[in-house]
Amino acid sequence: MGLPLALLGVDVYRELQVPGSALGPDPADEIIRGLGSWAITMLLATLAVSPLSRLVHRPWLIRFRRMVGVWAFAYVVLHFVGYLGLLAGFQLASIADDVVKRPYITVGFAALLALIPLAVTSTRGWQRRLGRRWRTLHRLVYAIGIAAWIHVLWLSKGGFADPLVYGLALAFLFGERIVFAMRSKQRRAARASGQAQ
Amino acid sequence: MLTKKRASIKPSEITPESVYRSRRRFMRTSLAAAAGAAVPAFGLPASWLAERGFTAGEEIGEEITPEADATQYNNFYEFGTEKSDPAQYAHAMTIDPWTVKVSGEVAKPGEIGLEDMLAGIDLEERIYRLRCVEAWSMVIPWIGFPVKKLLDKFEPTGNAKFVEFKTLLRPQEMRGQRSLFSSIDWPYVEGLRLDEAHHPLAIFAVGMYGKLLPNQNGAPIRLVVPWKYGFKSIKSIVEIRLTARQPRNTWNVLQPSEYGFYANVNPTVDHPRWSQASEKRFPLSLFKPRIETQMFNGYGEVASLYSGMNLRRNY
Repeated sequence: MGLPLALLGVDVYRELQVPGSALGPDPADEIIRGLGSWAITMLLATLAVSPLSRLVHRPWLIRFRRMVGVWAFAYVVLHFVGYLGLLAGFQLASIADDVVKRPYITVGFAALLALIPLAVTSTRGWQRRLGRRWRTLHRLVYAIGIAAWIHVLWLSKGGFADPLVYGLALAFLFGERIVFAMRSKQRRAARASGQAQ
Repeated sequence: MLTKKRASIKPSEITPESVYRSRRRFMRTSLAAAAGAAVPAFGLPASWLAERGFTAGEEIGEEITPEADATQYNNFYEFGTEKSDPAQYAHAMTIDPWTVKVSGEVAKPGEIGLEDMLAGIDLEERIYRLRCVEAWSMVIPWIGFPVKKLLDKFEPTGNAKFVEFKTLLRPQEMRGQRSLFSSIDWPYVEGLRLDEAHHPLAIFAVGMYGKLLPNQNGAPIRLVVPWKYGFKSIKSIVEIRLTARQPRNTWNVLQPSEYGFYANVNPTVDHPRWSQASEKRFPLSLFKPRIETQMFNGYGEVASLYSGMNLRRNY
Protein backbone atom coordinates (compact mmCIF):
# COMPACT_ATOMS: atom_id res chain seq x y z
CA MET A 1 0.00 0.00 0.00
CA GLY A 2 2.97 2.23 0.34
CA LEU A 3 4.07 1.38 -3.20
CA PRO A 4 2.36 4.30 -4.96
CA LEU A 5 3.88 6.59 -2.37
CA ALA A 6 7.33 5.11 -2.91
CA LEU A 7 7.00 5.52 -6.69
CA LEU A 8 5.88 9.10 -6.26
CA GLY A 9 8.82 9.64 -3.92
CA VAL A 10 11.19 8.44 -6.63
CA ASP A 11 9.59 10.81 -9.14
CA VAL A 12 9.86 13.72 -6.72
CA TYR A 13 13.51 12.93 -6.12
CA ARG A 14 14.19 12.79 -9.89
CA GLU A 15 12.25 16.01 -10.39
CA LEU A 16 14.33 17.77 -7.73
CA GLN A 17 17.55 16.52 -9.35
CA VAL A 18 16.52 17.46 -12.90
CA PRO A 19 13.50 19.79 -13.02
CA GLY A 20 10.99 18.76 -15.68
CA SER A 21 12.27 15.19 -15.84
CA ALA A 22 9.69 13.17 -13.95
CA LEU A 23 6.45 14.94 -13.17
CA GLY A 24 5.35 16.62 -16.40
CA PRO A 25 4.74 20.29 -17.10
CA ASP A 26 2.97 20.94 -13.78
CA PRO A 27 4.80 18.92 -11.11
CA ALA A 28 2.96 20.38 -8.11
CA ASP A 29 -0.42 19.53 -9.57
CA GLU A 30 0.80 16.07 -10.50
CA ILE A 31 1.83 15.37 -6.91
CA ILE A 32 -1.31 16.75 -5.29
CA ARG A 33 -3.67 15.04 -7.70
CA GLY A 34 -1.74 11.77 -7.48
CA LEU A 35 -1.92 11.78 -3.68
CA GLY A 36 -5.59 12.76 -3.82
CA SER A 37 -6.61 9.93 -6.08
CA TRP A 38 -4.70 7.42 -3.96
CA ALA A 39 -6.34 8.87 -0.86
CA ILE A 40 -9.85 8.23 -2.15
CA THR A 41 -8.83 4.85 -3.57
CA MET A 42 -7.50 3.75 -0.16
CA LEU A 43 -10.61 5.12 1.53
CA LEU A 44 -12.78 3.01 -0.79
CA ALA A 45 -10.47 0.04 -0.16
CA THR A 46 -11.04 0.48 3.58
CA LEU A 47 -14.77 0.48 3.02
CA ALA A 48 -14.40 -2.64 0.86
CA VAL A 49 -12.72 -4.81 3.48
CA SER A 50 -15.80 -5.96 5.40
CA PRO A 51 -17.99 -6.57 2.28
CA LEU A 52 -15.10 -8.54 0.79
CA SER A 53 -14.68 -10.66 3.91
CA ARG A 54 -18.39 -11.52 3.78
CA LEU A 55 -18.33 -12.18 0.06
CA VAL A 56 -15.48 -14.69 0.26
CA HIS A 57 -16.42 -15.97 3.75
CA ARG A 58 -13.05 -15.07 5.24
CA PRO A 59 -13.84 -13.19 8.47
CA TRP A 60 -10.13 -12.89 9.35
CA LEU A 61 -9.74 -10.33 6.53
CA ILE A 62 -11.23 -7.77 8.92
CA ARG A 63 -7.87 -7.73 10.69
CA PHE A 64 -6.42 -5.81 7.74
CA ARG A 65 -9.05 -3.10 7.87
CA ARG A 66 -7.16 -0.96 10.34
CA MET A 67 -3.99 -1.04 8.25
CA VAL A 68 -5.81 -0.03 5.05
CA GLY A 69 -7.63 2.71 6.91
CA VAL A 70 -4.47 4.14 8.39
CA TRP A 71 -2.88 4.18 4.93
CA ALA A 72 -5.92 6.04 3.63
CA PHE A 73 -5.46 8.58 6.41
CA ALA A 74 -1.77 8.93 5.52
CA TYR A 75 -2.57 9.66 1.86
CA VAL A 76 -5.24 12.19 2.86
CA VAL A 77 -2.78 13.98 5.15
CA LEU A 78 -0.06 14.01 2.48
CA HIS A 79 -2.58 15.26 -0.09
CA PHE A 80 -3.46 18.09 2.30
CA VAL A 81 0.17 18.89 3.08
CA GLY A 82 0.88 18.92 -0.66
CA TYR A 83 -1.92 21.41 -1.14
CA LEU A 84 -0.67 23.53 1.78
CA GLY A 85 2.90 23.67 0.57
CA LEU A 86 2.76 23.46 -3.21
CA LEU A 87 -0.55 25.16 -4.03
CA ALA A 88 -1.12 27.56 -1.17
CA GLY A 89 2.56 28.16 -0.44
CA PHE A 90 1.88 27.84 3.33
CA GLN A 91 0.12 31.22 3.25
CA LEU A 92 -2.37 31.07 6.09
CA ALA A 93 -4.60 33.83 4.76
CA SER A 94 -5.11 32.19 1.40
CA ILE A 95 -5.65 28.78 3.01
CA ALA A 96 -8.29 30.15 5.37
CA ASP A 97 -9.89 31.93 2.43
CA ASP A 98 -9.96 28.70 0.43
CA VAL A 99 -11.45 26.65 3.25
CA VAL A 100 -14.22 29.18 3.80
CA LYS A 101 -14.97 30.20 0.22
CA ARG A 102 -14.34 27.15 -1.93
CA PRO A 103 -16.93 24.46 -1.21
CA TYR A 104 -14.82 21.61 -2.62
CA ILE A 105 -11.99 22.56 -0.26
CA THR A 106 -14.41 22.99 2.66
CA VAL A 107 -15.82 19.50 2.18
CA GLY A 108 -12.36 17.98 1.67
CA PHE A 109 -11.05 19.70 4.77
CA ALA A 110 -14.06 18.48 6.78
CA ALA A 111 -13.35 14.92 5.65
CA LEU A 112 -9.74 15.28 6.81
CA LEU A 113 -10.80 16.58 10.23
CA ALA A 114 -13.34 13.79 10.64
CA LEU A 115 -10.67 11.21 9.84
CA ILE A 116 -8.43 12.33 12.71
CA PRO A 117 -10.49 10.81 15.59
CA LEU A 118 -10.89 7.62 13.58
CA ALA A 119 -7.15 7.31 13.03
CA VAL A 120 -6.44 8.06 16.70
CA THR A 121 -8.96 5.52 18.01
CA SER A 122 -8.05 2.84 15.48
CA THR A 123 -5.83 0.94 17.92
CA ARG A 124 -6.99 -2.14 19.81
CA GLY A 125 -6.57 -0.31 23.10
CA TRP A 126 -9.00 2.43 22.09
CA GLN A 127 -11.35 -0.15 20.67
CA ARG A 128 -11.50 -1.85 24.05
CA ARG A 129 -11.79 1.42 25.94
CA LEU A 130 -14.71 2.70 23.83
CA GLY A 131 -16.59 -0.58 23.69
CA ARG A 132 -19.90 -0.24 21.83
CA ARG A 133 -19.30 3.45 21.22
CA TRP A 134 -16.30 2.58 19.03
CA ARG A 135 -18.58 1.17 16.33
CA THR A 136 -20.84 4.21 16.49
CA LEU A 137 -17.87 6.55 16.19
CA HIS A 138 -16.35 4.67 13.29
CA ARG A 139 -19.58 4.87 11.31
CA LEU A 140 -18.31 8.39 10.61
CA VAL A 141 -16.33 6.79 7.79
CA TYR A 142 -19.51 6.61 5.69
CA ALA A 143 -19.95 10.37 5.89
CA ILE A 144 -16.25 10.77 5.08
CA GLY A 145 -16.65 8.59 1.99
CA ILE A 146 -19.52 10.75 0.78
CA ALA A 147 -17.58 13.95 1.54
CA ALA A 148 -14.58 12.67 -0.46
CA TRP A 149 -16.86 11.85 -3.36
CA ILE A 150 -18.44 15.34 -3.28
CA HIS A 151 -14.91 16.80 -3.21
CA VAL A 152 -14.12 15.00 -6.48
CA LEU A 153 -17.50 15.84 -7.98
CA TRP A 154 -17.11 19.57 -7.29
CA LEU A 155 -13.59 19.55 -8.69
CA SER A 156 -14.56 18.04 -12.02
CA LYS A 157 -14.82 20.20 -15.12
CA GLY A 158 -16.52 19.17 -18.33
CA GLY A 159 -16.26 15.41 -17.80
CA PHE A 160 -17.67 13.13 -15.15
CA ALA A 161 -15.65 9.90 -15.48
CA ASP A 162 -13.91 10.21 -12.07
CA PRO A 163 -16.95 11.09 -9.95
CA LEU A 164 -18.91 8.40 -11.77
CA VAL A 165 -16.39 5.64 -11.07
CA TYR A 166 -15.92 6.62 -7.41
CA GLY A 167 -19.66 7.14 -7.00
CA LEU A 168 -20.50 3.69 -8.36
CA ALA A 169 -17.89 2.08 -6.11
CA LEU A 170 -19.29 3.93 -3.10
CA ALA A 171 -22.89 3.03 -4.01
CA PHE A 172 -21.92 -0.62 -4.36
CA LEU A 173 -20.14 -0.70 -0.99
CA PHE A 174 -23.05 1.03 0.74
CA GLY A 175 -25.60 -1.15 -1.05
CA GLU A 176 -23.88 -4.34 0.08
CA ARG A 177 -24.08 -3.15 3.69
CA ILE A 178 -27.75 -2.37 3.42
CA VAL A 179 -28.52 -5.76 1.91
CA PHE A 180 -26.39 -7.49 4.56
CA ALA A 181 -28.11 -5.60 7.39
CA MET A 182 -31.56 -6.47 6.04
CA ARG A 183 -30.68 -10.12 5.67
CA SER A 184 -29.26 -10.46 9.16
CA LYS A 185 -32.36 -8.77 10.54
CA GLN A 186 -34.53 -11.32 8.72
CA ARG A 187 -32.36 -14.12 10.01
CA ARG A 188 -32.64 -12.86 13.56
CA ALA A 189 -36.39 -12.56 13.20
CA ALA A 190 -36.62 -16.09 11.81
CA ARG A 191 -34.50 -17.43 14.64
CA ALA A 192 -36.59 -15.59 17.21
CA SER A 193 -39.84 -17.00 15.81
CA GLY A 194 -38.25 -20.46 15.62
CA GLN A 195 -37.41 -20.30 19.31
CA ALA A 196 -40.91 -19.15 20.16
CA GLN A 197 -42.50 -22.24 18.65
CA MET B 1 -39.64 1.15 -73.39
CA LEU B 2 -38.70 2.64 -70.09
CA THR B 3 -36.74 0.46 -67.81
CA LYS B 4 -35.89 1.72 -64.43
CA LYS B 5 -32.19 1.57 -64.01
CA ARG B 6 -31.01 0.43 -60.63
CA ALA B 7 -28.61 2.68 -58.81
CA SER B 8 -25.26 1.44 -59.96
CA ILE B 9 -23.43 2.13 -56.72
CA LYS B 10 -24.47 0.36 -53.58
CA PRO B 11 -23.98 2.33 -50.36
CA SER B 12 -21.63 -0.40 -49.17
CA GLU B 13 -19.32 0.29 -52.11
CA ILE B 14 -18.81 3.93 -51.25
CA THR B 15 -15.52 4.48 -49.51
CA PRO B 16 -16.18 5.69 -45.97
CA GLU B 17 -14.83 9.12 -45.16
CA SER B 18 -12.48 7.78 -42.51
CA VAL B 19 -10.88 5.43 -45.02
CA TYR B 20 -10.23 7.95 -47.74
CA ARG B 21 -8.97 10.38 -45.19
CA SER B 22 -6.51 7.86 -43.88
CA ARG B 23 -5.48 7.08 -47.49
CA ARG B 24 -4.76 10.72 -48.06
CA ARG B 25 -2.83 10.86 -44.86
CA PHE B 26 -0.88 7.80 -45.92
CA MET B 27 -0.09 9.25 -49.33
CA ARG B 28 0.94 12.53 -47.83
CA THR B 29 3.23 10.98 -45.29
CA SER B 30 4.75 8.59 -47.78
CA LEU B 31 5.27 11.36 -50.31
CA ALA B 32 6.84 13.50 -47.66
CA ALA B 33 9.00 10.62 -46.52
CA ALA B 34 10.02 9.97 -50.13
CA ALA B 35 10.96 13.60 -50.55
CA GLY B 36 12.84 13.46 -47.29
CA ALA B 37 10.80 16.36 -45.96
CA ALA B 38 8.88 16.73 -42.74
CA VAL B 39 5.16 15.93 -42.80
CA PRO B 40 3.34 19.00 -44.08
CA ALA B 41 0.34 20.47 -42.31
CA PHE B 42 -2.83 21.39 -44.23
CA GLY B 43 -1.19 20.64 -47.52
CA LEU B 44 1.44 23.25 -46.95
CA PRO B 45 4.98 22.01 -46.55
CA ALA B 46 6.65 22.78 -43.25
CA SER B 47 8.96 25.13 -45.11
CA TRP B 48 5.96 27.11 -46.36
CA LEU B 49 5.91 29.42 -43.38
CA ALA B 50 9.61 30.13 -43.63
CA GLU B 51 9.36 30.88 -47.35
CA ARG B 52 6.33 33.04 -46.90
CA GLY B 53 7.87 34.86 -43.99
CA PHE B 54 6.42 36.83 -41.12
CA THR B 55 7.43 39.89 -39.20
CA ALA B 56 9.15 39.03 -35.93
CA GLY B 57 7.19 39.69 -32.76
CA GLU B 58 7.99 42.36 -30.23
CA GLU B 59 9.58 41.06 -27.02
CA ILE B 60 7.45 41.72 -23.95
CA GLY B 61 10.16 41.39 -21.32
CA GLU B 62 8.74 38.14 -19.96
CA GLU B 63 10.18 34.69 -20.37
CA ILE B 64 8.66 32.79 -23.29
CA THR B 65 7.12 29.50 -22.17
CA PRO B 66 9.05 26.50 -23.51
CA GLU B 67 7.50 25.08 -26.66
CA ALA B 68 7.34 21.65 -24.98
CA ASP B 69 4.99 23.03 -22.30
CA ALA B 70 2.78 24.91 -24.75
CA THR B 71 2.39 21.83 -26.94
CA GLN B 72 2.01 19.21 -24.19
CA TYR B 73 -0.15 20.91 -21.60
CA ASN B 74 -3.40 21.73 -23.37
CA ASN B 75 -7.10 22.08 -22.83
CA PHE B 76 -8.74 20.78 -26.00
CA TYR B 77 -11.62 18.69 -24.65
CA GLU B 78 -12.38 17.36 -28.14
CA PHE B 79 -9.46 15.01 -27.45
CA GLY B 80 -10.03 14.33 -23.75
CA THR B 81 -10.12 16.19 -20.46
CA GLU B 82 -6.56 15.44 -19.32
CA LYS B 83 -3.94 18.08 -20.12
CA SER B 84 -1.83 15.44 -21.85
CA ASP B 85 -4.70 14.07 -23.99
CA PRO B 86 -4.52 16.60 -26.87
CA ALA B 87 -0.80 16.00 -27.47
CA GLN B 88 -1.46 12.28 -27.40
CA TYR B 89 -4.57 12.06 -29.56
CA ALA B 90 -4.89 15.18 -31.73
CA HIS B 91 -2.78 13.68 -34.52
CA ALA B 92 -5.91 11.74 -35.52
CA MET B 93 -7.52 14.97 -36.75
CA THR B 94 -7.28 15.47 -40.52
CA ILE B 95 -6.57 19.10 -41.34
CA ASP B 96 -6.24 18.70 -45.08
CA PRO B 97 -8.46 19.66 -46.80
CA TRP B 98 -9.70 22.48 -44.60
CA THR B 99 -12.20 25.19 -45.34
CA VAL B 100 -13.87 27.85 -43.25
CA LYS B 101 -17.47 28.77 -43.95
CA VAL B 102 -18.47 32.38 -43.37
CA SER B 103 -22.17 33.21 -43.20
CA GLY B 104 -24.78 35.37 -41.52
CA GLU B 105 -24.75 39.15 -41.66
CA VAL B 106 -22.23 39.49 -44.47
CA ALA B 107 -22.56 40.84 -47.99
CA LYS B 108 -20.46 38.03 -49.47
CA PRO B 109 -21.03 34.76 -47.64
CA GLY B 110 -18.96 31.80 -48.73
CA GLU B 111 -16.54 29.07 -47.97
CA ILE B 112 -12.83 29.71 -48.17
CA GLY B 113 -9.85 27.40 -48.30
CA LEU B 114 -6.88 28.20 -46.15
CA GLU B 115 -4.53 29.25 -48.91
CA ASP B 116 -7.12 31.60 -50.38
CA MET B 117 -7.76 32.94 -46.94
CA LEU B 118 -4.10 33.76 -46.40
CA ALA B 119 -3.64 35.28 -49.87
CA GLY B 120 -2.76 38.93 -49.60
CA ILE B 121 -2.55 38.82 -45.81
CA ASP B 122 0.73 39.59 -44.10
CA LEU B 123 1.60 37.21 -41.32
CA GLU B 124 3.03 38.61 -38.15
CA GLU B 125 4.39 37.14 -34.95
CA ARG B 126 2.67 38.23 -31.74
CA ILE B 127 4.16 37.38 -28.36
CA TYR B 128 1.14 37.19 -26.05
CA ARG B 129 0.36 36.15 -22.52
CA LEU B 130 -2.26 33.39 -22.46
CA ARG B 131 -4.24 33.26 -19.21
CA CYS B 132 -6.40 30.19 -18.67
CA VAL B 133 -9.55 30.46 -16.53
CA GLU B 134 -7.98 27.66 -14.45
CA ALA B 135 -5.40 30.16 -13.16
CA TRP B 136 -2.36 29.12 -15.16
CA SER B 137 -0.64 31.11 -17.87
CA MET B 138 1.94 30.95 -20.62
CA VAL B 139 3.78 33.37 -22.91
CA ILE B 140 3.44 32.16 -26.50
CA PRO B 141 4.82 33.54 -29.78
CA TRP B 142 1.86 33.14 -32.16
CA ILE B 143 1.97 33.69 -35.91
CA GLY B 144 -1.18 35.05 -37.43
CA PHE B 145 -3.10 38.10 -38.58
CA PRO B 146 -5.82 40.40 -37.21
CA VAL B 147 -9.33 38.92 -37.17
CA LYS B 148 -10.63 42.05 -38.91
CA LYS B 149 -8.59 41.33 -42.03
CA LEU B 150 -10.44 38.08 -42.67
CA LEU B 151 -13.88 39.37 -41.70
CA ASP B 152 -13.48 42.32 -44.08
CA LYS B 153 -13.10 39.95 -47.02
CA PHE B 154 -16.72 38.91 -46.46
CA GLU B 155 -18.01 42.46 -45.87
CA PRO B 156 -20.04 42.40 -42.63
CA THR B 157 -23.35 44.28 -42.97
CA GLY B 158 -24.62 47.00 -40.67
CA ASN B 159 -26.66 44.40 -38.77
CA ALA B 160 -23.60 42.46 -37.71
CA LYS B 161 -23.01 43.00 -34.00
CA PHE B 162 -21.42 39.70 -32.95
CA VAL B 163 -19.24 36.97 -34.40
CA GLU B 164 -19.79 33.29 -33.70
CA PHE B 165 -17.04 30.71 -34.21
CA LYS B 166 -17.41 26.95 -34.44
CA THR B 167 -14.83 24.17 -34.01
CA LEU B 168 -14.67 21.10 -36.19
CA LEU B 169 -17.18 18.37 -35.30
CA ARG B 170 -15.77 15.00 -36.29
CA PRO B 171 -16.25 12.36 -33.56
CA GLN B 172 -14.49 9.67 -35.57
CA GLU B 173 -11.26 11.65 -35.30
CA MET B 174 -11.89 13.46 -32.03
CA ARG B 175 -12.16 10.96 -29.23
CA GLY B 176 -13.41 13.49 -26.68
CA GLN B 177 -16.46 14.08 -28.87
CA ARG B 178 -17.16 10.34 -28.73
CA SER B 179 -16.66 10.12 -24.99
CA LEU B 180 -19.64 8.97 -22.95
CA PHE B 181 -18.34 10.91 -19.97
CA SER B 182 -18.39 14.34 -21.54
CA SER B 183 -21.09 16.80 -20.57
CA ILE B 184 -20.29 19.13 -23.47
CA ASP B 185 -22.74 19.63 -26.33
CA TRP B 186 -20.45 19.45 -29.38
CA PRO B 187 -19.35 21.22 -31.51
CA TYR B 188 -17.55 23.79 -29.38
CA VAL B 189 -18.80 27.31 -30.07
CA GLU B 190 -17.50 30.70 -29.00
CA GLY B 191 -18.34 34.30 -29.73
CA LEU B 192 -17.16 37.87 -29.55
CA ARG B 193 -18.80 41.23 -29.92
CA LEU B 194 -17.89 42.59 -33.36
CA ASP B 195 -15.97 45.51 -31.88
CA GLU B 196 -13.96 43.06 -29.76
CA ALA B 197 -13.21 40.98 -32.84
CA HIS B 198 -12.16 44.14 -34.66
CA HIS B 199 -9.66 45.10 -31.95
CA PRO B 200 -6.13 44.94 -33.39
CA LEU B 201 -5.00 42.61 -30.58
CA ALA B 202 -7.49 39.90 -31.62
CA ILE B 203 -5.86 37.57 -34.14
CA PHE B 204 -6.32 34.33 -36.00
CA ALA B 205 -3.22 32.21 -35.48
CA VAL B 206 -1.93 29.66 -37.97
CA GLY B 207 1.43 29.11 -36.31
CA MET B 208 3.44 29.31 -33.10
CA TYR B 209 7.13 29.13 -32.22
CA GLY B 210 8.03 29.83 -35.86
CA LYS B 211 6.12 26.79 -37.15
CA LEU B 212 2.64 25.90 -38.30
CA LEU B 213 0.25 25.14 -35.43
CA PRO B 214 0.42 21.60 -34.05
CA ASN B 215 -2.98 19.89 -34.05
CA GLN B 216 -3.25 19.99 -30.25
CA ASN B 217 -2.96 23.77 -30.32
CA GLY B 218 -5.87 24.20 -32.72
CA ALA B 219 -4.49 23.60 -36.21
CA PRO B 220 -4.89 24.79 -38.81
CA ILE B 221 -6.49 28.02 -37.64
CA ARG B 222 -7.54 29.29 -34.23
CA LEU B 223 -8.55 32.46 -32.48
CA VAL B 224 -6.26 34.23 -29.99
CA VAL B 225 -7.83 36.93 -27.81
CA PRO B 226 -5.13 37.68 -25.25
CA TRP B 227 -7.17 39.79 -22.80
CA LYS B 228 -9.74 37.05 -22.27
CA TYR B 229 -9.52 33.67 -20.57
CA GLY B 230 -8.14 30.99 -22.84
CA PHE B 231 -11.43 29.20 -23.47
CA LYS B 232 -12.53 32.17 -25.62
CA SER B 233 -9.66 31.47 -28.02
CA ILE B 234 -11.46 28.74 -29.93
CA LYS B 235 -9.41 26.17 -31.83
CA SER B 236 -9.62 24.44 -35.24
CA ILE B 237 -12.27 26.79 -36.62
CA VAL B 238 -14.54 25.61 -39.46
CA GLU B 239 -17.34 28.15 -39.30
CA ILE B 240 -17.70 31.86 -38.69
CA ARG B 241 -21.11 33.50 -38.52
CA LEU B 242 -21.85 37.19 -38.12
CA THR B 243 -24.99 37.80 -36.13
CA ALA B 244 -27.19 40.54 -34.79
CA ARG B 245 -27.71 38.74 -31.48
CA GLN B 246 -25.21 37.52 -28.90
CA PRO B 247 -24.21 33.95 -29.75
CA ARG B 248 -23.97 31.13 -27.24
CA ASN B 249 -20.59 29.98 -26.01
CA THR B 250 -19.97 26.40 -24.92
CA TRP B 251 -18.70 26.88 -21.35
CA ASN B 252 -21.37 29.44 -20.58
CA VAL B 253 -24.06 26.99 -21.72
CA LEU B 254 -22.51 24.23 -19.61
CA GLN B 255 -21.93 26.19 -16.41
CA PRO B 256 -23.41 29.72 -16.60
CA SER B 257 -22.55 30.60 -13.00
CA GLU B 258 -18.86 29.94 -13.63
CA TYR B 259 -18.19 31.03 -17.21
CA GLY B 260 -19.63 34.15 -18.79
CA PHE B 261 -19.81 35.41 -22.35
CA TYR B 262 -17.20 38.12 -21.83
CA ALA B 263 -14.64 36.15 -19.80
CA ASN B 264 -12.25 39.08 -19.60
CA VAL B 265 -9.25 38.33 -17.40
CA ASN B 266 -10.11 40.06 -14.13
CA PRO B 267 -8.23 39.48 -10.86
CA THR B 268 -11.02 41.05 -8.80
CA VAL B 269 -13.77 38.68 -9.92
CA ASP B 270 -13.15 35.16 -8.61
CA HIS B 271 -14.29 31.98 -10.26
CA PRO B 272 -16.79 30.41 -7.82
CA ARG B 273 -14.38 27.56 -7.18
CA TRP B 274 -11.02 29.34 -7.10
CA SER B 275 -9.39 32.73 -6.88
CA GLN B 276 -8.44 34.63 -10.04
CA ALA B 277 -6.13 37.03 -8.17
CA SER B 278 -2.99 35.10 -9.07
CA GLU B 279 -1.76 32.57 -11.61
CA LYS B 280 0.98 30.03 -12.12
CA ARG B 281 3.19 30.83 -15.08
CA PHE B 282 4.80 28.15 -17.23
CA PRO B 283 7.53 26.92 -17.11
CA LEU B 284 6.63 25.62 -13.67
CA SER B 285 8.82 23.99 -11.10
CA LEU B 286 7.98 22.44 -7.76
CA PHE B 287 8.27 25.55 -5.66
CA LYS B 288 7.77 28.36 -8.16
CA PRO B 289 5.77 31.20 -6.59
CA ARG B 290 2.57 32.37 -8.25
CA ILE B 291 2.40 35.76 -9.93
CA GLU B 292 -0.32 38.36 -9.68
CA THR B 293 -2.94 38.39 -12.41
CA GLN B 294 -3.35 41.70 -14.22
CA MET B 295 -6.61 43.32 -15.31
CA PHE B 296 -7.34 42.38 -18.94
CA ASN B 297 -4.26 40.15 -18.65
CA GLY B 298 -2.14 43.29 -18.86
CA TYR B 299 -3.75 44.54 -22.09
CA GLY B 300 -5.23 47.73 -20.63
CA GLU B 301 -5.72 49.21 -24.11
CA VAL B 302 -8.92 47.19 -24.51
CA ALA B 303 -10.55 48.84 -21.47
CA SER B 304 -12.41 51.36 -23.64
CA LEU B 305 -14.39 48.48 -25.17
CA TYR B 306 -16.06 48.03 -21.80
CA SER B 307 -16.48 51.58 -20.52
CA GLY B 308 -19.63 51.93 -18.48
CA MET B 309 -20.09 48.18 -18.20
CA ASN B 310 -20.36 46.33 -14.90
CA LEU B 311 -17.56 43.79 -15.28
CA ARG B 312 -18.59 41.95 -12.15
CA ARG B 313 -21.96 41.18 -13.62
CA ASN B 314 -20.64 40.70 -17.16
CA TYR B 315 -17.94 38.21 -16.15
